[in-house]
Amino acid sequence: MSGEETRIMHDLPGEVDVVVSPARYRVLRRKIVALMVMVSVIPLLAMAVINLQQYHATLDREVQAPLRALLSKTRNSFELLLAERTSTVSFIASAYSFRDLADDKALNRIFQVMKQKFTGFVDLGLIDTSGVQVTYAGPYSLKGRDYTEQPWFNEVLFKGRYISDIFLGFRKMPHFVIAVQHLTDDGSSWVLRATIDTGQFDRLIASMGLDPESDAFLVNRKGVLQTSTKYYGNVLDQLPFEMPPMSFETTVRTLKDHMGREIYLAYAYFPDTDYVLMAVKPRSVIMRTWNSLRTDMVAVFLAGVFLIMAVAYRITAALVDRLRESDERRELAFRQVEHSQKLSSIGRLAAGVAHEVNNPLAIINEKAGLMKDVLGMGADFPEKSRFEGLIEAILRSVDRCRTITHRMLGFARQMDVKIEDLDVNEIIRETTGFLEREAAYRNIGLHLHLGEEMARIASDRGQLQQVFLNIMNNAFAAVNDGGTISVTTWQKDDATVGITIQDDGCGMSDETQKHIFEPFFTTKKGTGTGLGLSITYGIVKRLGGEIAMQSKVGQGTTFSIFLPVTPPEGASI
Amino acid sequence: MTLPMYEWKVLLVDDEEEFITTLAERLSLRGLSARVALDGEEALRLVEENPPHVMILDVLMPGMKGLDVLKAVKAKRPQVQVILLTGHGSTRDGMEGMRHGAFDYMMKPLSIDALLAKLGEAMEKAG
Repeated sequence: MSGEETRIMHDLPGEVDVVVSPARYRVLRRKIVALMVMVSVIPLLAMAVINLQQYHATLDREVQAPLRALLSKTRNSFELLLAERTSTVSFIASAYSFRDLADDKALNRIFQVMKQKFTGFVDLGLIDTSGVQVTYAGPYSLKGRDYTEQPWFNEVLFKGRYISDIFLGFRKMPHFVIAVQHLTDDGSSWVLRATIDTGQFDRLIASMGLDPESDAFLVNRKGVLQTSTKYYGNVLDQLPFEMPPMSFETTVRTLKDHMGREIYLAYAYFPDTDYVLMAVKPRSVIMRTWNSLRTDMVAVFLAGVFLIMAVAYRITAALVDRLRESDERRELAFRQVEHSQKLSSIGRLAAGVAHEVNNPLAIINEKAGLMKDVLGMGADFPEKSRFEGLIEAILRSVDRCRTITHRMLGFARQMDVKIEDLDVNEIIRETTGFLEREAAYRNIGLHLHLGEEMARIASDRGQLQQVFLNIMNNAFAAVNDGGTISVTTWQKDDATVGITIQDDGCGMSDETQKHIFEPFFTTKKGTGTGLGLSITYGIVKRLGGEIAMQSKVGQGTTFSIFLPVTPPEGASI
Repeated sequence: MTLPMYEWKVLLVDDEEEFITTLAERLSLRGLSARVALDGEEALRLVEENPPHVMILDVLMPGMKGLDVLKAVKAKRPQVQVILLTGHGSTRDGMEGMRHGAFDYMMKPLSIDALLAKLGEAMEKAG
């Protein structure tokens, strides 16, 4: 025999367990729940993430746009201011000749007018081509100074005009210089140089009206601060973060500053000068709104997921339970059909065998009977009594065989269900007859206490036999060799007969008792279908009877069956 | 007004020759001469020739079935009492036979004494 066949043989009794095993339904439930949760949570999650990102981008734009506009406006103001101051110096250079300006008094008068009309001018000086300061009007005494070696002087000669970075003057006030070259008709040139304080710059920045957490300032292209700042140092300090890439358009970038703040940095390079205007707005302002939105959304999302899971779980549980119930019902029906078909084929087989055996048995019976007749009529002969003994033995054996075949035929008769008048005691005797051999073999005391004057009941013989046989089979399985099984019948009342089948076997635990009549419940692992007692229960109920059970572990079990003398309406299979 | 046993006219019908002839011999040893038919057709012929008081008829036979023989006999000779022999445990055959007018049914193997008793009862009815 191959291993596979063996396995299949072992699988068959366990098939029931596999089909209705709770694990199968747990897996099913888990799969459905997972699927339901997945299809609802994934779109929800996607939507939440997209929303958050959209909102984030919108917030960014909302903050960046005004910042960009403000910076552009302020840059224009700066450019305008610088252009205006440069034009002033340029105008004076054009309006006056070198000789006029070289006169200390004249220069001083012009300077006084400038100071009155334009704020911020600190001094004014005339420098000739050789780089020597010719005249000077202002608070310092710079007359005669030689600027030949100064880089700015070379640049003004090269470009025609020059605006310096901010520097601290003698009074430690930030200043910057505007120098303009003037070419005369005869080809000679000279330079007019004005120093301007940065008070105007501060005013322009103040006019931006920034909130306290924001900052705006001017730096040069090397990152040296040109105006003082709230958070990034004073004039001429180095900017604490790297300079952004050059762009003459107003550009907004996000970065992390030296204090670890996430900031928006709006900046624009000035095309004609070294200056870069910057405005800083911390992102924390919008991050706060964004964070609170995110918290709200996460809360809503989690609540949604929880709800979805709860609902999915409940629905699936109900669904799977329903499925399981119907599976079990179908399985039970299937098993019952299978069981009765099995019984039916066994019955037919038994009937066929019994019938085939009966005919030769009848011949043996007649032949032996004839021998007995002949012997009885003939004369005595020496061995006559011996022959008579032998014939009697044959006839007794035939009787035994007849008992067996009739019993087999009686079993087959179970298949023909019909309600007839029955003597319960007779059925008990017939049924116990099947088990006498096993009882004798295992030395089990099988005691019948059959009530006298029992009413005949209208019921089905085959089904009753099956009921008694099932219970007695269980009793036989429960008792040890040498145990006792008692069957008692009595008339309970006019309408009811009682049958008690009692054993002194191993008994059942409370847990087992609870499930004993449930289909597929079995303690005979691997060998039982778990159907015997459920079918028994079903039959008794259908016949209008009651079945009860008492059991104690180690002391034994008592089954009591009560059958009506007249079956209720519709009592049949 | 029961007849003495030797005047009882009994017809035995069964396809098992060994069985039926032996049974006939045993009955004859008890003073009862019975005729034997081995199938339904022969049985009907013998009934026509000389109607018996009692007919012992096997239900399950090849050819004509016992119940058909019973119906045919009861149709022509309702006074003939028929005892059915069934090898089959199902009482259905017996009960159906009773519905069609059989006197009773017995199961094989037979006890000779039980058969004689049943014959007596049937004779009382036939008489």
